[in-house]
Amino acid sequence: MFQRFRHITALAAAIAAVQLLTAATGKEFFLTQLTMAGYYTLVIIGLCLLMGYAGQISLGHAGFFAIGGYTSAVLTTVDLSAWKAAPAISLLAKSGILTGRADLYGGQILTVHPWAAFLCALCITIVVAFLIGVPVLKLKGHYLAMATLGFGTIIYSVVLATSRFGAADGISSVPAFPLLPGLAVTGGSSQRVANYYFAWLLVTVGMLLLINLIHSRVGRALRSIHGAEDAAGAMGVDAARYKLNTFILSAVYAAVAGVFLTHYNGGIGPSEASIMKSVRYVAIVAVGGMGSLWGTLIMSAVLNFLSLRGYFGTFDDAVFGSILIAVMLFSPEGVLKLDIRSLVGRWIRTDRKAGA
Amino acid sequence: MTLLEARSISKRFGGLQAVKDVSFSVAQGSIKAVIGPNGAGKTTLFNLLSGFIAPDSGEVLLRGMPVQDLPSHAIATRGLSRTFQHIRLFGGMSALENVMVGRHVRSRAGFMAGMLNLAWTRAEERDIRDRALDSMEFLGIGQLAHANASSLSYGQQRAVELARSLTSEPEILLLDEPAAGLNMRETADLAVLITKIRDRGITVLIVEHDMSLVMNISDEVVVLSYGEKIADNKPLAVQKDPQVVRVYLGEDEC
Amino acid sequence: MFLELFFQYLVAGLTYGTIYAVVGIGFNIIYNTTGIINFAQGEFVMLGGMTAVSLHAFLPLPLAIAGAVLVTMAVGGLIEMLFIRWLVKPSVLRMIIITIGVSILIREGALHLWGEGIRSLPYFTGNEVSAIEIGGVRVSPQVLWALGVAAIVVLLLNVFFHYTMLGREMRACASNRDAAALCGIPTRNMVTLSFVVSAGIGALAGCVVSPITQTQYGIGAGLAIKGFTVAILGGLGNSMAAVGAGFILGILESFSIWVMPTAYKDAISITILLAMLFARPSGLFGNSEAARLKEF
Repeated sequence: MFQRFRHITALAAAIAAVQLLTAATGKEFFLTQLTMAGYYTLVIIGLCLLMGYAGQISLGHAGFFAIGGYTSAVLTTVDLSAWKAAPAISLLAKSGILTGRADLYGGQILTVHPWAAFLCALCITIVVAFLIGVPVLKLKGHYLAMATLGFGTIIYSVVLATSRFGAADGISSVPAFPLLPGLAVTGGSSQRVANYYFAWLLVTVGMLLLINLIHSRVGRALRSIHGAEDAAGAMGVDAARYKLNTFILSAVYAAVAGVFLTHYNGGIGPSEASIMKSVRYVAIVAVGGMGSLWGTLIMSAVLNFLSLRGYFGTFDDAVFGSILIAVMLFSPEGVLKLDIRSLVGRWIRTDRKAGA
Repeated sequence: MTLLEARSISKRFGGLQAVKDVSFSVAQGSIKAVIGPNGAGKTTLFNLLSGFIAPDSGEVLLRGMPVQDLPSHAIATRGLSRTFQHIRLFGGMSALENVMVGRHVRSRAGFMAGMLNLAWTRAEERDIRDRALDSMEFLGIGQLAHANASSLSYGQQRAVELARSLTSEPEILLLDEPAAGLNMRETADLAVLITKIRDRGITVLIVEHDMSLVMNISDEVVVLSYGEKIADNKPLAVQKDPQVVRVYLGEDEC
Repeated sequence: MFLELFFQYLVAGLTYGTIYAVVGIGFNIIYNTTGIINFAQGEFVMLGGMTAVSLHAFLPLPLAIAGAVLVTMAVGGLIEMLFIRWLVKPSVLRMIIITIGVSILIREGALHLWGEGIRSLPYFTGNEVSAIEIGGVRVSPQVLWALGVAAIVVLLLNVFFHYTMLGREMRACASNRDAAALCGIPTRNMVTLSFVVSAGIGALAGCVVSPITQTQYGIGAGLAIKGFTVAILGGLGNSMAAVGAGFILGILESFSIWVMPTAYKDAISITILLAMLFARPSGLFGNSEAARLKEF
């Protein structure tokens, strides 16, 4: 019972330790990539719930990330000042949903407030995930994989083909996302440390919620579906509904990450919606061990950081492809699953002996 | 009072008429058995009653409500629980967790409550665990609570499966060949257990191959042969029924 | 004018349809012998086209194409031997992920080998402006090449699967692997062979359409989805129907350009795929009862 809080505390300590380490070694610029890795981790732990616990593959999760990111980017950059006189617009402006700000060139523009855009992005994601999930989750195996791949491809080609979404260039000059007075999600170096903590706070909270979930009645139901779907049905578990809710929940995780990373980067491009991104998320879940949230979190932080720092060079995608194959061939349970447990177990045992 | 009723239900698989125009009813608080030679359509009948497959025609009534078009989970929610001929435990979960899933229909924490782990969710979770342990104690397998379900012996798995169903406090419990693979001693214990379950107020419907089990404990027995009902009566009357003797009991003598 | 445009779209649709059909057939060949959907199927087409372009730098066209087909067949066989052969009862999820990984590796390999440039083989006969008049419609001879090669491939496959010992053994392996093994058929080699054959026809298709559709390192993933759509439309495992479905999809896509921006073309075919998966996963021509018997 209290084990989960120990783990969460360890995560919080590790987050702080990494920040202090970068400060001590003068490598604070690492925090930028670590922040981004944090947001990707949010996508990946959500996907881990879907794949590892509900047993459903999604090769289209970058699509949900993109829905979140693009919705927020479009709404916070669209200039509505031309329609200021329209009653609906002025009402929205008065209620604070619309907000005026200076654009890149100093002109005054009227756009949707980031918080309103955020809520909007969540609503759209939930609706899309619901509409896609209802039919798609009836499928199994190859059909499910292809259908979700198809969904991802549609989002990608729509983004790429629509000038409103900036087509191949994406959307830039997305404003900062105000959190508290003096704190905003933005890529500026003055807020770097705060943003690092905010991103990983989101991950920590997201993780806590998921861990609570998998230890609850719902988590048990999900695992029972994974174990024997017909028997779960006989026990009153509505497998279709649970799969759908999990799908929507993991889509929301992806969308939240999409929104904040877009504000952090100040923009979003079509590569965020690409199939390769979706495959990469799946790869990391596979490496971390399908049913292991912690393994997935660790692998995600490490691999995303290395990738974002450019350590894989031009072989970035190839590295993930190789990882995918190697893990599936040699250790389909994930690379950390066995090792970490036995290693940590041994470490704790020796530690206790030393203490006693 | 009739708890579960089948009204002329039929099911055909391609060229095979698995169940043909079968009607019978199960009175509340009774133990009823469905017997018949292999391939008589017993398991198909069970699957029809528990919503695993839908009948081609006919009605299934649970407390007078038609349920033949409902999926299995909805029927489970209405108080019908079943076990499987081939044991279906959830692999990768402990025996206790398996049994706790049985409480699903009688608890309500959803995604939000589960994620936030609220006070009432924690209380509910404790209640689920306590009741699951109670069921396991009742069946004498309390010591297996933390064993991995898939590492248990055949008989233990059967008990875990039964505990899982009991934990849902069903109105009616469907047991699919519960004596399969048990020796005579264990079968006798099972008979005692089933009457104990009935005494808890749970109506029991058993599909069974083993005559010795059902004849002693059942209030009524339905006999199926090639998908059709050929008898539905008290055990003693069924045993004397010449048609039953011919298609079923005759088998034992030769 | 209208009619001319109509036929142009139709011909374009047929050309793309050919390649979708061949990729669909490739899916079917492997699916039939192994039950695996090979997500790297589209990469064979890309690999065939790219290799042929490279070989054509110093070899005459027919030899370059033959060489490209052989190279791709070798790659197909190698993939099976390295990644598939020694897995014991792998789960569907595992196979999906492995073949996706393989497709990424092939694509990245191609990127490093050939760069991002768009390449194409020369027209087999004539050039991009030459045309043959058929009933008042001007058709590029390359389209006829593509249709002709596709027809020959389908014909040869039929002959192979029905009239040769090897082909019959592969079919035996498809319908019941254990029984085939008991009859002394080396089922493992049959699986390798299915990868080799499906890589070969993919490469051939990649060469034939290369002058018209052009080849780039990244075309595989898109083709895989289209090919899968076609395989599903035709009913998984049914190669003849896949040809018909390929043309239907190619033509639908082609005409969609008429009413919508080109970029939405992919979205159209995927929407068709999704609709098909939800409504009739057994395929347009398929028997739903039989499809349910396939293991999924």
